[in-house]
Amino acid sequence: MSGASLTAAGASAPAYQKVGSIRRERRWALIGAYVALAVFVVFFLTPPFHMLVTSLKSSSEIADLAGNPWIVQSPTLENYRDLLHEGNYLLHFRNSVIVTLVVVAITMVISIFAAFALARMRFWGSAVLATGVFLTYLVPETLLFIPLFQIIGGMGLYNNLLAMILIYPTLTVPFCTWIMIGYFSSIPKELDEAALIDGANHFQMLWKIFIPVALPGILAATIFAFTVSWAQFLYPMAFLVSSENMVLTVGIASDLIRGDTFQWGKIMAGALMAAAPPLLVYAFLMDYYIAGLTAGATKG
Amino acid sequence: MAQVSLRKVVKEYEGGVQAVKGIDLEIADQEFVVLVGPSGCGKSTTLRMIAGLEDITAGEIAIGGTVVNDIPPRDRDIAMVFQNYALYPHMTVYENMAFGLTLRRFPKDEIRRRVESAARILDIGELLDRKPKALSGGQRQRVAMGRAIVRNPKVFLFDEPLSNLDAKLRVQMRVEIKKVHQTVRTTTVYVTHDQVEAMTLADRVVVMNQGHIEQVGSPQELYHRPATRFVAGFIGSPAMNMIPARLENGAGALRLHLPGDIVLPVPAERTQRYAPLAGKEVLFGIRPEHLTEPKNLDRPNIALIEAAPEVIEPMGMETMVIFSLQGTEITARLDPAVPAELGRRMPLAADLNQMHLIEPRTGRVL
Repeated sequence: MSGASLTAAGASAPAYQKVGSIRRERRWALIGAYVALAVFVVFFLTPPFHMLVTSLKSSSEIADLAGNPWIVQSPTLENYRDLLHEGNYLLHFRNSVIVTLVVVAITMVISIFAAFALARMRFWGSAVLATGVFLTYLVPETLLFIPLFQIIGGMGLYNNLLAMILIYPTLTVPFCTWIMIGYFSSIPKELDEAALIDGANHFQMLWKIFIPVALPGILAATIFAFTVSWAQFLYPMAFLVSSENMVLTVGIASDLIRGDTFQWGKIMAGALMAAAPPLLVYAFLMDYYIAGLTAGATKG
Repeated sequence: MAQVSLRKVVKEYEGGVQAVKGIDLEIADQEFVVLVGPSGCGKSTTLRMIAGLEDITAGEIAIGGTVVNDIPPRDRDIAMVFQNYALYPHMTVYENMAFGLTLRRFPKDEIRRRVESAARILDIGELLDRKPKALSGGQRQRVAMGRAIVRNPKVFLFDEPLSNLDAKLRVQMRVEIKKVHQTVRTTTVYVTHDQVEAMTLADRVVVMNQGHIEQVGSPQELYHRPATRFVAGFIGSPAMNMIPARLENGAGALRLHLPGDIVLPVPAERTQRYAPLAGKEVLFGIRPEHLTEPKNLDRPNIALIEAAPEVIEPMGMETMVIFSLQGTEITARLDPAVPAELGRRMPLAADLNQMHLIEPRTGRVL
């Protein structure tokens, strides 16, 4: 009896209707993603490509308005050769490397210690301080370089690379500290407690637990500090005057542009070579720049 | 090896909230003591004060006779196992276990010896080269215990170590923990909200509620002689039935008047104990296992009542039957062979030898 009624119910039930296809939706999403990425890639790679093309042209070819600007008729490496053998390009490169390495080192030391203190050692005013650190990052450098000019002048560091080493951290430390506070805060509290009970003091806790566990964050902050220091333009523009003291950014702009004469080929070659170190740093650190290093610490 | 003493220990947080309200507790050397209670009862805070992870607002904690109020965790010679394991994710199992010894500058071969011996006890010898993320929950918990064992501390502290494990593994690890304690005999303080865990592991159970200690005693003592209504309700699963009743004195014998015109005679040997309450409202407490299908009717103090089941929960080895007595839900524990039918009145035997009377105002069990 019950079996019969069950069959009847099954027969009278409406047939299954297909109302959509997950597979088709996924395919469209994929196509959309590829199109968007392609546009993105073309948009952002066009300028570097144009730079590369221009850097391989002779001055006369660049000046020739008849040719197609995207095609090199007679490729030459003379722009690169000139940069590396004449002028102060290599000196600027060296200055940039020195300033950047020192600034990154100073930044990471200060911001790791600061972030550890602000994230973990709850002390009176630590929350306000943490916010304050971030607020300083929001003050535009264009507002700061005039008062800084007075300070740097007063210290006798005008036209001195040391001035850059002192000033850049004001840009990098707040943001890096802020990034590191985030990473340190995400480390489970039990990890420090376990370390405390295991017998670690605060310095050992930072060195043996926090830094290794927060390595992805430290690398992110390092990349940031490196990029900011390497690409900084305003401060060296304002504070460095003689060519032999300049860093790459202002060196290229001031040495390769004379009045209204732009040495486009060399400018492009110089800019391309200047872009290489950040690319290498990215490529090298990206391998290590993997999140999820904390996986397995706790239940998760 | 050491005893732990808590004297009038208070923990007050900023804003005046008291998490622990002046507790006294003596834990003997080699004893396994479990702090149990609902969340927010102060048990974890108490443990963390023993560990030195929380300041003590007032009172005194001594480990091995030394007051440790102002001694940092690393110098208290304790080891702690956390609920979420708190393994160092970038270190191998070996390094995790060796970390505390390395910091204390133990010689390398001594560290190796201790780690390997602990790994043998916990059966994790195969895992020493793995990172925590390559371990299952149970294995991680073993490593966390191993990290405690290698230190050979005066006291083990466990903070809900099994709460993150699934039910089956929890039972397995419970046995494991008990075995470890029987092997190393280190004084242990264990925090849990699970009364079964508390009962099975502890030499003595400390039941806490709202920052106070409700009762300290052996598992059997807490089960059979709860001191307060809270303990009576908290220990035992399903919980003890508590039925509002009135104690009347008639013809030299005490009688309990329950809702629904049920009258139960109080066992004669308890007359004297309960006499002062005659004529008053009380709570009649009886555990589900003492409210069964009619059996042992020839024994004294077995009373029969009738009730109609509203919910029947077959558990396999027993069947829980829930019925209500004028709004009060009551659970009885029946032999699964006994036929029980929804809504059909059936006789139940209440073993009054096992009854409890609770004073509703003070919550004291008489």
